[in-house]
Amino acid sequence: MIDFKEKFVNRRKLIKLFATGVAAALAPFAAKESDAKIDWEEYFQKHFKLMTKEEKEKLVKRLEQKYKEKYKKEFKVKISDAMQNVEFGYALNLSKCIGCRRCVYACVKENNLSRKPQIQYIRVLRMKNGEFDVEKSEHYYEPALVPEPGYFYFPVQCQQCKKAPCVKACPIKATWTEPDGIVVVDYNWCIGCKYCMSACPYFGRRFNRGEPVIPENEINTTVHYLGNRPRPMNVVEKCTFCIQRSREGKYPACLEACPVGARKFGNLLDPEDEIRQVIDNKRVFIFKQDLNTIPRFYYFFHD
Amino acid sequence: MLRKTKLLFLLFLFLFVYKNVFAKKEYPVPYPPLSPGIFPCMNCHEGLERNKKKRALKEMHQNIKIENHGDRWCYDCHDERNLDRLKLSNGEYVKFQESYRLCGQCHGNVYNDWQKGIHGKRIGNWKGEKQYLLCVHCHDPHSPRFKAMKPEPAPVRPDKATTH
Amino acid sequence: MKILSFIKDAIKEIIKGSLPYYAWVGFLIFLILLGAWGYYHEFTKELGYGSLEQHVVWPIYIGNFAFFVGVAAAAVLLVIPAYVYHFQAIKEIAIYGEIMAFSAIVMVLGSIMVDVGRADRFWHLLPFMGGILNLPVSMLSWDVVVLNGYMILNIVIALYLIYKGYTGEHPNKKFYVPLILISIPFAISIHTVTAFIFNGLGARPFWNSAILAPRFLASAFCSGPSLMIIALQIIRRYGGIKVQDVALFKIAEIMAYAMFFNLFLFGAEVFKEYYTGSVHMAPMEYLMQGLHGHNKMVPWIWTAIVLDITAFLIFISLRNIRSIKLLNVGCVLIFIAVWIEKGHAFITPGFIPGVLGEIHEYTPTFVEMIVSLGVFALGLLLFTIFSKLVVGIETGRLKYNKETSN
Repeated sequence: MIDFKEKFVNRRKLIKLFATGVAAALAPFAAKESDAKIDWEEYFQKHFKLMTKEEKEKLVKRLEQKYKEKYKKEFKVKISDAMQNVEFGYALNLSKCIGCRRCVYACVKENNLSRKPQIQYIRVLRMKNGEFDVEKSEHYYEPALVPEPGYFYFPVQCQQCKKAPCVKACPIKATWTEPDGIVVVDYNWCIGCKYCMSACPYFGRRFNRGEPVIPENEINTTVHYLGNRPRPMNVVEKCTFCIQRSREGKYPACLEACPVGARKFGNLLDPEDEIRQVIDNKRVFIFKQDLNTIPRFYYFFHD
Repeated sequence: MLRKTKLLFLLFLFLFVYKNVFAKKEYPVPYPPLSPGIFPCMNCHEGLERNKKKRALKEMHQNIKIENHGDRWCYDCHDERNLDRLKLSNGEYVKFQESYRLCGQCHGNVYNDWQKGIHGKRIGNWKGEKQYLLCVHCHDPHSPRFKAMKPEPAPVRPDKATTH
Repeated sequence: MKILSFIKDAIKEIIKGSLPYYAWVGFLIFLILLGAWGYYHEFTKELGYGSLEQHVVWPIYIGNFAFFVGVAAAAVLLVIPAYVYHFQAIKEIAIYGEIMAFSAIVMVLGSIMVDVGRADRFWHLLPFMGGILNLPVSMLSWDVVVLNGYMILNIVIALYLIYKGYTGEHPNKKFYVPLILISIPFAISIHTVTAFIFNGLGARPFWNSAILAPRFLASAFCSGPSLMIIALQIIRRYGGIKVQDVALFKIAEIMAYAMFFNLFLFGAEVFKEYYTGSVHMAPMEYLMQGLHGHNKMVPWIWTAIVLDITAFLIFISLRNIRSIKLLNVGCVLIFIAVWIEKGHAFITPGFIPGVLGEIHEYTPTFVEMIVSLGVFALGLLLFTIFSKLVVGIETGRLKYNKETSN
């Protein structure tokens, strides 16, 4: 059964989307309608990296107002830059992971991911002991209790590669690597061609065909422009190591949700940092090393 | 020659005292998972006799079972004179907030990794204030093996999704 | 004003026509409108919880995209014998090749536009409008450059020749012959770059094969000309234009060679995957025989292989049996076979299994088929209109006349 009301709303959104061009032409006549004006500005918005500081500040104001109108909540949109001498790295202890998927849902909540259609940045693969073959892995395991005897678990998310194939693929530079190593997307610049998704060997990117649906009481209003702000539809999005948190010195949400402490995060350039302690003292490996994408995401087995 | 040895001895003595008394590193930890109403222990145990016999507990603490943790009994770790603190094997007393030192007596490698941040969980800030979860935040000290838990739901399969 | 009267007369020529012409154009417009409805539906449809797009990233549109790039080779296959080897019978009809190339590129761009999520942001691709192209690293950016270059070259050449035919002036060879010659490397580059789009992805072993670009070229030299041969016969029949059979058979001969290479390269690909038998064989296995009980692709590829081989046998027998009917059968078979092999059966297995080993099968939906047809119809409509102009000029109907035009 088709829900006609929802369909109607969707259509209205679509018409709005494609009427931006028309709205642009009519803008002088419809100056009183702030809605049309905002869309107009968004439509002709420059690439984020090419904006001046003033333009970025104006953008923040515009977005905060837009989100306020849409979600009836005060948003704080951050545009903080990368910290000096910081390059983020992540390590995951596969001996510890029990496959409970707490990280998956913490990420969904922190990053305002759409619940319908369902978008999750982290995939946990269940593998049989003695095998390390993604093709034989199970993504949809649902036992009463984890960990299950005879299996181990392998969570995969964006690996924030140093030689990111997705960044290379993008035809319009809508995605790039920040100085702190986070691969970000300018959702207002992306045209949704999905080439980056084809290029990614880690299933690190998602496409959102449809207005993201988030329960009202679960909206996270502390957002970053390049991170967890409510995404426009029909563009590509991805894990940003919780840029809105990590750039303030905080741990990403997935790390804090992990009940077994399998997740490690920090600054690769600081030898004292726990991520470096892992890399320097334990034996780590990277996923799909043969592709030479050089991830900033490490795995290790350590009891 | 003798003077030199004496000096060296003094230096070692100083270092030993310094390391153990003044420079004892404490870690920022969240409050230990002590059951409210149970702790402080001495509220009840003050006048009670200490029973060192290994047995199934019937009147109190029925939930405590020593499992997967070798051949242990209460006073191997809890100070029998003051149950509100722990006791190391060298006789030193430690607060529950420092229980990692107790665990570290046997699990030296893990303790080492925990100090570096390789083992265990930290929350807060990767840069700045952070809290190191104690061993006992994740491992029940009386039954330390990790408990199985219910996983969160699996992602929705696209083939099962109603797309049209 | 010659230009104004040209535009006026050209519009008149396009509007006026026989009943079959009206029926054909009406049919195409109907398909385009149907496609437009489908596109609208696509964006407004109810969405379920999980979306197949996360796994099979590109639907049938991108298969069509690769296929239509191949169709655009029609021009170069006429241009090379005509302008490099001066084969007179083909020189007479080379302009239809250019028109077809232009129309095919419109279909190519149309296929991309219906696939991207935010077609309204297309200006981000146009540097002169404030857009940014990720050159030199992104193959998709390069494709934007070469496709548009090839499209502009072909439409400029075609319009120039049409206009000169209209005014009755001699076309300036110094102007258009260099353009035609430039269009040859451009044609090669559109297939190469399009192949490189898929080829360069380490994440997708099925496409990560060095013979992809040659395969694209070989299949392009089959699909484009096959459509061309049929179109030329229709034009000959309804437009009253002289198209020599010898030209058609010459094209068919080149197609036979191309088909041979196409089959050979595909065989080499199959050998490499099966003989090595590494984990990267999975997509090929999925395509040829099915993987873990998932086998929706199998009938497609085997249909294509059977059609390919049949068409190849037909084409080599054409040396002895000069039958136009047989030629047409071969062309239809090749067109369908290449569409499968270079379209759906090439794109979809790239995503199966997915990069994390998941298998989610994809079959084009009804709506996607309608939209694809709409895009195809748009290209055919353009081809029809431009062919009508050329026919008008060649039959002398469309001519600059000082008295009537002023």
